[in-house]
Amino acid sequence: MNRMRISWLALYVCVYLLFLYAPVLLLPIFSFNDSSIVAFPLSGFTLNWFALLWQTETLHSAVRNSIMIAAITAIVSTMLGLCAARAASRYAFRMKRGIMGLIMVPLVLPEIVVGVSLLVVILQFGFELSLWSIVLGHVLICTPFSVVVLSTAFNNLDRSLEEAAIDLGETRWSTFRLISLPLIMPGVIASLLIAFTISLDEFIIAFFLAGTEVTLPVYIWSLLRFPARLPSVLALGTILLAASLILLVSAEFIRRRGLRRTGATDRGGLF
Amino acid sequence: MSPGSLRSWLRSPDGRGLTLVSPPFIYAVLLLAAPLAAVAAFSFWTQNYLDLDRTFTIANYREVWTEPVYRVLMLRSLTVSALVTAVTVALAFPIAYFVSFRVEPARKPLWIFLITIPFWTSYLMRIFLWKVILGYNGVVNGSLLQLGIISEPLNFILYNVNAVVITLSHAWAPFAILPIFVALEKIDRSLLEAATDLGDGPLQRFFSITLPLAFPGIFAAALIVFIPTVGDYVTPRLVGGPSGLMISNMIELQFKKANNPPLGAALAVSAMFIVTAISLIFVRISRRYLRERA
Repeated sequence: MNRMRISWLALYVCVYLLFLYAPVLLLPIFSFNDSSIVAFPLSGFTLNWFALLWQTETLHSAVRNSIMIAAITAIVSTMLGLCAARAASRYAFRMKRGIMGLIMVPLVLPEIVVGVSLLVVILQFGFELSLWSIVLGHVLICTPFSVVVLSTAFNNLDRSLEEAAIDLGETRWSTFRLISLPLIMPGVIASLLIAFTISLDEFIIAFFLAGTEVTLPVYIWSLLRFPARLPSVLALGTILLAASLILLVSAEFIRRRGLRRTGATDRGGLF
Repeated sequence: MSPGSLRSWLRSPDGRGLTLVSPPFIYAVLLLAAPLAAVAAFSFWTQNYLDLDRTFTIANYREVWTEPVYRVLMLRSLTVSALVTAVTVALAFPIAYFVSFRVEPARKPLWIFLITIPFWTSYLMRIFLWKVILGYNGVVNGSLLQLGIISEPLNFILYNVNAVVITLSHAWAPFAILPIFVALEKIDRSLLEAATDLGDGPLQRFFSITLPLAFPGIFAAALIVFIPTVGDYVTPRLVGGPSGLMISNMIELQFKKANNPPLGAALAVSAMFIVTAISLIFVRISRRYLRERA
């Protein structure tokens, strides 16, 4: 009886994983398929779509714009997140709940509302839409994620270390730089990566706030309706997926080797 | 305030906290609170072709709440979100349960990683690929035809509400699995052993211990999925067809092609109001339920 139940659950898990992986499995299939129409039946193997990637200048500039926006967003929202997380985890101050609530609101706000409201204000004040207006919106939605990640880091930090540094004559700033910052570095890196990833993939806000220059998701959106070059975008998707997997796996291997060298017990990690 | 007391205030926890929190707070006031206030103001104005008439009127709201087309879109957005929430949470629970209770502790992070891999690709591409899967010549129809289960391609799985529900249930899966998994991990396993010792069978144990203790995670998952899906723009646009469009598509239309930002603003404000109200009621009900349990 018990064994029967486990196998039903295992069967369900297999079917569900197939459901989860269905789109990702199709991505490489169509990026090697010799047809500009993304549909079955397949018509043969080709590497043309990968070759085409190198020749499409609009795609290159969209990728460059996206990476630049994501990098700036990651840095700015991590700095804002550091301020908010530090204040929230260390000090009791007036209207703390209201202030922190406002900073965290973008978590529950539909992105279209953020996009629309920024669009209204930017156009009313007569500013031009540009890549910078996208950065403004992305920082807004990424900061709450940075705050969450960094709050955990600050809460796990042993306060007595900072107190000891101050007792030994360090200033608040040098204590932060020499003691706190190195200890919360994993949180800072996580915050940078999360903000970078969110910004890189964000479409709605970029769609509303893009001027003449576009980001990668906005470019992909335009291709979804004029699909002649779509398979080359799928090829790009394949490359990006492979790259992020290789990156993750190698980071995990390095982490485990470091653990083995120091003889620490493994807690957390991927494998 | 004298300079001395200002200096001592700046050194107090209150002063230090407020100084430190001011950069993100000012950013949020300027780029979130003010723009939202602007949208709220817009919703009471009128657009006359190129000019904006700034006399106060509630005509936009009257239109939003009485015109059938807006009511249909609003109701559809809410129904689709509710359906997506129910489907996503129901499908996610067994997976979270499996990883938490059946997988060896050392392997759990690997499983969580396995579940999140499919979401490392672009959101737009994933949704588009669902269109490929569900389409007339798509994967589902192709395989079913080949297997001889159907003789003609199924039409009811693309360009309608069903397609939107399937696609969104996929897109939000990890956001439902993770909170439920966290709640299940917190369950003290000795409770289950105690129940076994006292003679409970597996089913009884599940319904009297595991499920009730997992409710905080289930409630969290439901909110995390429900709130953003109401405002989803991309999925209805790509796989919804005309009968699957939702409120965000109308908001975008009003702000862009129809050039009627005030009406779009009234739609956005109304949608946010309804979603907030539903979420608050849901939170209150679930809190009361959890308190009665405790």
